[in-house]
Amino acid sequence: MAVSQLTRTLPTTVRIKWTGWVVPAILAGGCIFLVVGSIQSALFAQQTVSGLANGGIYASLAVALVLIYRATEVINFAQGALATFTTFVAWQLLQWGLPYWPTFVLTLLIAFAFGATVELVAIRPVERRGNVLTVVIASIGLLILVEGAVGWIWKPTVRFMPSPFPLHFWNVGGVAFSSQDIGTIGVSIASVVVLWAFFRFTKLGLAMRAAAVRPHAARLVGVRVSWLLSLGWGLAATLGAIAGLLVAPNPSVQLSPSMMDGILIYAFAAAVLGGLESSIGAVVAGLAIGVVLSLLGSYVSWVTPQLQLPAAFVLMLIVLLVKPSGLFGRTTVRKV
Amino acid sequence: MRTSVAVRAGVIAVAAIVIAVLPFAMSDYNRTQGANVGVFFMAILGLNIVTGYTGQISIGHGAFMAIGGYTTAILTHGHGWNDVATLPISALVGFAAGVVVGVPALRFRGAYLALVTFAVALAVPQIAKNYSGFTGGTEGLQLPQHTGLWLYGTAWTCAAILFVLAWLLLRARTGRALRAVRDSEVAAASSGVSLAVYKTAAFGVSAAFAAVAGSIYVLVISFVNPDVFGLTLSLYILIGAVVGGLGSLWGVLVGAAFVQLLPIGLTSSHGLSSQSVPVIFGAIVIVVMALVPRGAADLLRIVAALSSRKSQDNPLGLEGR
Amino acid sequence: MAPLLALRDVDARYGPIHALHGVTLTVGEGEIVALLGANGAGKTTTLRAISGTVRRTGMLEFAGRPLGRRGPESVARLGIAHVPEGRGTFSELTVWENLRLGAYVRRGSLKADTARVLQYFPWIEARRNQQAGTLSGGEQQMLALARAVMQRPKLLLLDEPSLGLAPLVVAEIFRIVQELVKREGATVLLVEQNARSSLAVSDRAYVLEVGRVAVEGSSDELAENEDIRRSYLGY
Repeated sequence: MAVSQLTRTLPTTVRIKWTGWVVPAILAGGCIFLVVGSIQSALFAQQTVSGLANGGIYASLAVALVLIYRATEVINFAQGALATFTTFVAWQLLQWGLPYWPTFVLTLLIAFAFGATVELVAIRPVERRGNVLTVVIASIGLLILVEGAVGWIWKPTVRFMPSPFPLHFWNVGGVAFSSQDIGTIGVSIASVVVLWAFFRFTKLGLAMRAAAVRPHAARLVGVRVSWLLSLGWGLAATLGAIAGLLVAPNPSVQLSPSMMDGILIYAFAAAVLGGLESSIGAVVAGLAIGVVLSLLGSYVSWVTPQLQLPAAFVLMLIVLLVKPSGLFGRTTVRKV
Repeated sequence: MRTSVAVRAGVIAVAAIVIAVLPFAMSDYNRTQGANVGVFFMAILGLNIVTGYTGQISIGHGAFMAIGGYTTAILTHGHGWNDVATLPISALVGFAAGVVVGVPALRFRGAYLALVTFAVALAVPQIAKNYSGFTGGTEGLQLPQHTGLWLYGTAWTCAAILFVLAWLLLRARTGRALRAVRDSEVAAASSGVSLAVYKTAAFGVSAAFAAVAGSIYVLVISFVNPDVFGLTLSLYILIGAVVGGLGSLWGVLVGAAFVQLLPIGLTSSHGLSSQSVPVIFGAIVIVVMALVPRGAADLLRIVAALSSRKSQDNPLGLEGR
Repeated sequence: MAPLLALRDVDARYGPIHALHGVTLTVGEGEIVALLGANGAGKTTTLRAISGTVRRTGMLEFAGRPLGRRGPESVARLGIAHVPEGRGTFSELTVWENLRLGAYVRRGSLKADTARVLQYFPWIEARRNQQAGTLSGGEQQMLALARAVMQRPKLLLLDEPSLGLAPLVVAEIFRIVQELVKREGATVLLVEQNARSSLAVSDRAYVLEVGRVAVEGSSDELAENEDIRRSYLGY
């Protein structure tokens, strides 16, 4: 099930010829810009790092979206809500006195089981009878249900979520970086790398890749494709849980039933920008979005916090218009 | 599954009479609720136009309602317009917004429109909060009050007009779309530009419907602020459409009534907390999708036709069941 | 001796289309049996019925046990390798990853299996990391066979291995199939349109027509019978 996006040609000059070097060149240029700017200005460096931290969160959630999309062509609208739920579960465990890191690990396990169960109970019955769009609608129903459940169980008051990282500032060359930001970048990158290694080097990961691209052929060699689908949702939920745990301590986000709504948009934008089939693309795009929005917020006065989300949205629209297959996607024209 | 014209006409006639007569038997509060049902009716109608034409769904109609609502609010509050006179303006503004969103999103199959409209649903309240000088920000804008009867009457008159409009639009299109399919796929594809144009225009129209709904909503609550049109509203419009039958005109009334009245019923008579409503709604959506009832069946027919690439914009399933 | 595979009165449908009408055949251990017939006769469907890829009714027994309603994942675990039409290559994965997937149901070390595969297909070693989709048609077919070998199947179902390949390549593939039977003790059910080559390589053959067995017998007999050749086999 490769990407099959038919590009409708606009009869105007909007079609730009993309050769292989343009995107990497832009990225390289961007990196150089960031490094130079960071050296020149402490504020720039700080904003870049905190932008990368936000970007790491968007990237984690984006990879979760790509995971499910690659296997089923379904855009899972409930990804953020599932993450919110697991983050509240973590909060509850902390309330009951469990120390932080055991809570973290336990939450990831719970998230995995939760994701796999959700796929089995809510998604598979729909998939059996319907098509991609009905599954998408079901995922929207799931979004409503899970966010509602969070509000029902825990009441919709905004809560404080402790951070895994001690409140500490690292001083590098006169610039102060919070351990929260550094830690977030570290954990998000690490989790994506672990996932990548899982897919690349393990038998199960190989089977999942095979099942995603050729489910029929995979069945013939004995791969239980439907189990792996549940597994995929479990993994996606785990990634989402990590994103949720990393973002909830952020004072501008905080723990509330709707906390992942905006982040889901950024994650969508990252996934789409990255080409929807490529995890690397999603990660790079996620980091880029985080940094760009952070810098825009500091340096462009009319980009207030409220306008960040619309800005990301406009960015997504523009990319869709100009390069519909995303920055890293392949433009596969479907044979009529 | 085509019910005869006579039966359909009969059903409409009965429904119309009931709707016309009902308010005289209701309290003022209930009339206001009835007006809200009318509001949802128009919004869901708009959503079904999108689904009928493009086979995609929108979860951003709340935002188009916001656009319409704010148009009416700003014109009435700040510029002293007569409220009913703002409705056509609101429709135009909604149409424009729909076109802007639709152009990039409708070029693709799949859930791209849902994705983009989801973002719109979240983005518009943020924009409204940001330009508070213009929109009154979180404090909002106050609007003149009206009686329940006036609201009910206005809402349902607009609803009736829009219903007829929707029906005409979809009928006219059916003929041409069918012809395009019948002639040849190459011909249909070579007129690819016009297909995209029709789809985008359809989305614009549907956004216009939602804008009018939003304007009336704002009049009903005589107030507007960004939180009025949150993501939840867009999701509830979708729920109403799903329950009533996606892509179908005839179930819209059922869907609208369901979405507006069920929460009230649940919380007041069954004593469930208001937090339980989304859980129940979400579960209903999933169950509906899993069991493939008439709503999903219509959608499937549309999408099956679309995915076989034989008819890109044949609004199947819109002629009733 | 009981046959390794036995089908009796097997029916199969694709939705409203009734593709197989009471197919009855057997495959004995160590045999190469050919399944011939024109396009649409039901040859591929028969293989799909065996591997559980299509819904079927009737009796299907493998190694004395009924196949029941097993799906392909479970049938593979019984020791049946189905190399489908179009080879089922995982084009986006590397040659080595394809092989590894072939051995998915096997546990333990794959060293011995890999060594055996390289004996039959020595060129694979050099192309381990090449994307499977970039191989030529003949190479992909051989890769598909190699995948099946990795599985160490008791029964090998081959669907039109010669399709779209040059005669020299076809000959090579059939030669390898014969070796597999001789050296690995595999049993083969071979679906082919190319009747002449398949009769040369097989022990027995069935000819399907419109979802039924029209003719059966030893391959030598069928190859020598001019009437049958002209009416059913096209040469």
